[in-house]
Amino acid sequence: MEKQHHNSSTTRREFFIRCSKAGLSAAAVCASGYLFYDSSGPKQSEAETGLVSLSDYAVPDKKGVMAVVKGEDRKKTLHLALKALGGIEAFVEKGDNVLLKVNAAFATPPALSATTNPVLVSELTRLCFKAGAKHVVVTDNPINDPPSCFALSGIEQAARREGATIMLPERAFFHPTTLKDALLIREWPILFEPFKDIDKVIGIAPLKDHHRSGASMTMKNWYGILGGRRNVFHQDIHNIIKELAMMVRPSLVILDGTVSMMTNGPTGGSLSDLKPTNTMIVSTDQVAADAYGATLLGKTKNSLPFISKAEAKGLGTADYQSLNPIIL
Amino acid sequence: MNIVTTRRISQFFFLVLFLWFAVAATLGDKWWQLRGWPVNWFLQLDPLVGIGTFITTRTFYSGLIWCIATIVFTIFIGRFFCGWLCPFGTIHQFVGFLGKRNKPTPKKAKLNAYRRAQSLKYVILTFLLTAAAMDLLFGSAIFSASLQTGLLDPIPLFHRSVNLVILPLLDEPLFKLSPDQRYYETSWFIGGVFLLFVFLNLVVPRFYCRFICPLGALFGVLSRFSLWRIGQKADGCTNCKLCEKDCEGACEPSASIRISECVLCMNCLHTCPHDLITFSTTLSETGEIVSPDIQRRELISAAVSGVLLIPSIRIGGGLGPNWNPALIRPPGALDETEFLARCIKCGQCMRICPTNIIQPAGFQAGIEGIWTPALNFRIGTSGCQQNCIACGNICPTAAIRPISIEEKLGKKDFRDKGPIKIGTAFVDRNRCLPWAMKTPCIVCQENCPVSPKAIYTEDVFEKVRPGRELKLKSIQEDRLFLEAKVLIPNKLGTGDYFIKLYHSGNDTLHRIKSNTADSVSLAVKPEWEQEIPSAPPFEIVVKLQQPVIDPAKCIGCGICEHECPVLGKRAIRVSRENESRNKNHKFIL
Repeated sequence: MEKQHHNSSTTRREFFIRCSKAGLSAAAVCASGYLFYDSSGPKQSEAETGLVSLSDYAVPDKKGVMAVVKGEDRKKTLHLALKALGGIEAFVEKGDNVLLKVNAAFATPPALSATTNPVLVSELTRLCFKAGAKHVVVTDNPINDPPSCFALSGIEQAARREGATIMLPERAFFHPTTLKDALLIREWPILFEPFKDIDKVIGIAPLKDHHRSGASMTMKNWYGILGGRRNVFHQDIHNIIKELAMMVRPSLVILDGTVSMMTNGPTGGSLSDLKPTNTMIVSTDQVAADAYGATLLGKTKNSLPFISKAEAKGLGTADYQSLNPIIL
Repeated sequence: MNIVTTRRISQFFFLVLFLWFAVAATLGDKWWQLRGWPVNWFLQLDPLVGIGTFITTRTFYSGLIWCIATIVFTIFIGRFFCGWLCPFGTIHQFVGFLGKRNKPTPKKAKLNAYRRAQSLKYVILTFLLTAAAMDLLFGSAIFSASLQTGLLDPIPLFHRSVNLVILPLLDEPLFKLSPDQRYYETSWFIGGVFLLFVFLNLVVPRFYCRFICPLGALFGVLSRFSLWRIGQKADGCTNCKLCEKDCEGACEPSASIRISECVLCMNCLHTCPHDLITFSTTLSETGEIVSPDIQRRELISAAVSGVLLIPSIRIGGGLGPNWNPALIRPPGALDETEFLARCIKCGQCMRICPTNIIQPAGFQAGIEGIWTPALNFRIGTSGCQQNCIACGNICPTAAIRPISIEEKLGKKDFRDKGPIKIGTAFVDRNRCLPWAMKTPCIVCQENCPVSPKAIYTEDVFEKVRPGRELKLKSIQEDRLFLEAKVLIPNKLGTGDYFIKLYHSGNDTLHRIKSNTADSVSLAVKPEWEQEIPSAPPFEIVVKLQQPVIDPAKCIGCGICEHECPVLGKRAIRVSRENESRNKNHKFIL
């Protein structure tokens, strides 16, 4: 410590230096007080800014087409159904970036049919690339641990083998969206990052029983785009499915009813929950696809209010016969 | 190459290797993930783990046999592990070096002088090993072996600190090993202990190694007969203490060297101006002290407390009738007494768990169970995954058995035994939406991974709180008109609301499609068998599926608890009843 000598008198020079140091310090304190003064206090934190929204991915001249192909071999039935609708080239153009929204909700093996069958993922990826797609992105926000879900369901391997990019949900991938005319999807985080630069969206859903909504099919499949504590939407399940169908206007949906989960849905867990229904439904009308799928589960439009709700919103027709589906 | 340089390279190499194994203990099949990397190797080399579990179980489990190699080497050459290999020791040495680097030589020598308190570590070791061996005394449950070495054993301690604090701190901003931020309870305590021991090196270099480390104490005892030792080869010491300037073990090479304290840092070897110090098989000219500096009364007090302290904790009944229902152990965990005889609190299971639900226990497993694995379904990304057996297969001591998927799920050879249960879910009907709030939900039922589901639902139609008395004005086709504007428009149009009409002696249900303030549209136009009165009595009801647990099927995986939308205190929670590892915890016939 510096010693201050009482008897040594302060020179004028020293006095001025001390004065200016003290003056500058005091000024700095006053300035920072002025600069950082907050008269109003903190506000309730604002909603996240930077809302995003998904584009319309529908192929304009392919509205309301549908093909239903019977058979056990997914590869074959998929090929036939696509061929009936004009081939994959009718939906995927050269240079397109394609997003495949699979159902990878659970960490279960493909044999249990709780998730999108990997054969469909690899085959569709291959076809997209054949049609000239630049990138194929495979994504979902599963319920169980995401890496385990993609690995155990076989989807990751199938997609990787054919050169698709897997996008596991990361926190930074979610951005809030507000859907026009929606009551539920308002400032709600969705898995948006994988949709960046995407030209075509194809939903691939397994046909499953669902205890709360009645059935999990192509419209319910978009649930996997929601982030946040999305479980609250189960309190209004039919409206959320309707709003999901409003939010995602896909290029194509594929409803895999080769093996359907008839009971214990949507997790299943046992082979005894499954039934071979040998049907592949490919359509650009998700409402019609679901309405057809419902018949395979032995359900009707009346027991599945989300179908009527989506139809009333003009998202498609529940009367799939009116589309003159190609049935093979 | 200079021996000191060689030692530094060795220390650096093993520190990097240790950290690498911590990174590689990530579930997955990429090259840097857990696919054959010997991530437990340091724990297996650690003889305090090996001998500790040997004392409690009389076996060397699997890779723990590696400790024999460490012991044999130590018997021949002394505490090479401390000076050359121990990654925690390397950190202490480095921080100690930073702390003393600008001090004058006499001061450095003073910092590295032998202190009587260095015998504390032998007291700690004695305490820990007698607690592990107390079942030799009496065969009762109260006196069953308790393995507490992991609290202070440097390898489990460092593993725990890296796995549960350091990696989770750095992972999100730097590495992205996990898709999401990892959370660990009691992290403040684990991190605090780590930081404390690291910073104590600024007070005395290698503070932890010299005063605390029970593994170092074990090596100190084992090095008693070592063939090669540091010592003075001739008379002529001028007591300049240059040899103690950087002496890591504080073992007094300037006087009669204390063999049990020497960590073979070799810093004394080339500093002697008279070139007196050697590492050789001949005994030191100035004499040697081979035994730890510990008195009989210290040993006896440590041993007696080791035998009595843990049993006196257990008099609280935590292992008996007062077992904590909130303590959910991972699938394959041994029954609690056997578990506590093996768990070294290293945190490897918590690191590997893909859903981050395995957590270091606070006091829910009692004081002796601190930092042992306990499941928390609120933290993490899901419940215990059906097809995952990572925790049991990484556990270095088989406190969690290495079960197979078949055993976990009760398939194939294990069909008769059924799946492994870690607890049972209970619905809290005071918090559950369909039970308490007349609100549809059943997220728990939907996510139950068991087939047939362990959660089933009962359909009920409950009257909705009307707010005001509802009176019907008229019925036209599929529309019902009310006398007053009392409804919130379209609130009843979710598909879950129904009109219940009383007429002609019975009642009928009609699903509501939509509503305005004073009218309700039905989804399907009713066909009346008979003419009904224009305004029959009616109710608005909501269809609820109320979840009910089947305890015979529930495995306690906690997925329901994790997914429950009642976020604070979940409306469905797993409790320890029915856990497979203890038949006495069964609560149903």
